[in-house]
Amino acid sequence: MNWLIDAISDLVAQAVIDLPKDVEDALKKAMENEEEPAKTQLKAVLKNIELARIHKKPMCQDTGTPTFYVKLGSDFPYKDLVEEAIIEGVRRATEKVPLRPNAVDVLTGKNSGDNTGRYIPFINWEIVEGSDCIITAMPKGGGSENMSTLKMLKPGVGLKGVKKFVLEWMVEAGGNPCPPTTVGIGIGGGADIAMKLAKKALLRKIGERHKEKKIAKMEEELLSAINSTGIGAMGLGGKTTILDVHIDIAHRHPASLPVAIAVQCWANRRKSIKIDKEGRVWNID
Amino acid sequence: MEYRLNLPVEEVEVKKIRVGDTIYITGTVVTARDEAHKMAIEKHDKGEELPLNFSEVAVYHCGPIVKKENGEWKIVAAGPTTSSRMEIFEYDFIERFDTRIIIGKGGMGAKTTDACKKFKSVYTAFTGGAAVLAANSIKKVKDVFWLEELGMPEALWILEVENFGPLTVTIDTYGRNLTEEVKNRARKVAEEIEF
Repeated sequence: MNWLIDAISDLVAQAVIDLPKDVEDALKKAMENEEEPAKTQLKAVLKNIELARIHKKPMCQDTGTPTFYVKLGSDFPYKDLVEEAIIEGVRRATEKVPLRPNAVDVLTGKNSGDNTGRYIPFINWEIVEGSDCIITAMPKGGGSENMSTLKMLKPGVGLKGVKKFVLEWMVEAGGNPCPPTTVGIGIGGGADIAMKLAKKALLRKIGERHKEKKIAKMEEELLSAINSTGIGAMGLGGKTTILDVHIDIAHRHPASLPVAIAVQCWANRRKSIKIDKEGRVWNID
Repeated sequence: MEYRLNLPVEEVEVKKIRVGDTIYITGTVVTARDEAHKMAIEKHDKGEELPLNFSEVAVYHCGPIVKKENGEWKIVAAGPTTSSRMEIFEYDFIERFDTRIIIGKGGMGAKTTDACKKFKSVYTAFTGGAAVLAANSIKKVKDVFWLEELGMPEALWILEVENFGPLTVTIDTYGRNLTEEVKNRARKVAEEIEF
């Protein structure tokens, strides 16, 4: 059990310290194309990413709500240990890294101090075939989460209405979610389904388009529309307000058109490991 | 334009700075969030003595993570917090204390813009989330006040900084507010977009 807790603790540490390469590359590209004062701000972001790696410190003081996505193989021999190992792994990382304690009791206002509590860490489970287990950590910052939203649109407004809503929302969010952000969008299903899809869509790499062509086109359309507004890095004006848009859809009820927007700050943190049936652990991209 | 400023800074220097300029500061910075703003204003109005002269320092909207090592306070992380929460206090604060430089993130509103014009101050944005970069230019925790009353994130942490920045000026002494201007332009662009 201890080996699994350590693997999770290391995963969480890596996630808060080391920004994925695709995100860093996108930020670099944005910086190169940018003018002042946004250019200076993006240089500062890149310098901060580098310093975090060198000093092995979290890249942002808000180390987020510990959120996990687990693909659990139905034949994975340690499946009964995974949940407890994730909870203990978060505790261990909180002390070791250290992480900022971010789990507050809704009723008493008391901070648990170790990033665990009711439903926290939050684990999204998916049962898959095989004997491997893939665990992804997504530490989700509060500033950008505060700019996430859901709206139940009237189906009559159609996809045009969906796009307009997303565009207007991202303009009003301005500099608050620490742009350049990544935007996850869930359309359809019910309220909960749309939000789950929106957040899960953030796991995709920057530049990775949805395999359905019509959705991919909508992603590109929104990416260019939001960036044309010129909100820019930190809301100070500039060409890159968002790094990418990732959309996913579910069939909807005839009476509903739910649209969920999950906003992720420039620190688009996610890291995954694969564990096989022998208990070997790999970092995976 | 880029400026390197030493604190305390004179009114004449602050008036040179315009929105869009970048500044780096060296000197003493004090962290203050909602509660500290409120307490400072209340104490001042009751005629009570304050632990420092806010006109000589820069005020930083920040709730740092600080730990004690061998009896000394050490900054772990000190990125900026969202400034809009301080909007309800900032006019009264600047009016009473003549603080020349305010640091935060996300921009501030019309009342702060008004105060900056009237009392000659600037509001500047530090890169959101850049906690390691911030910690890197904080050389020393000089002192802390109101720690017991307000707790770690809300206390007044007196920090000695060197070339602290980049700080992008978004409100200057001429009544301009960059983040509001950017947002207004963005709204107009968005209105014109047809899907």
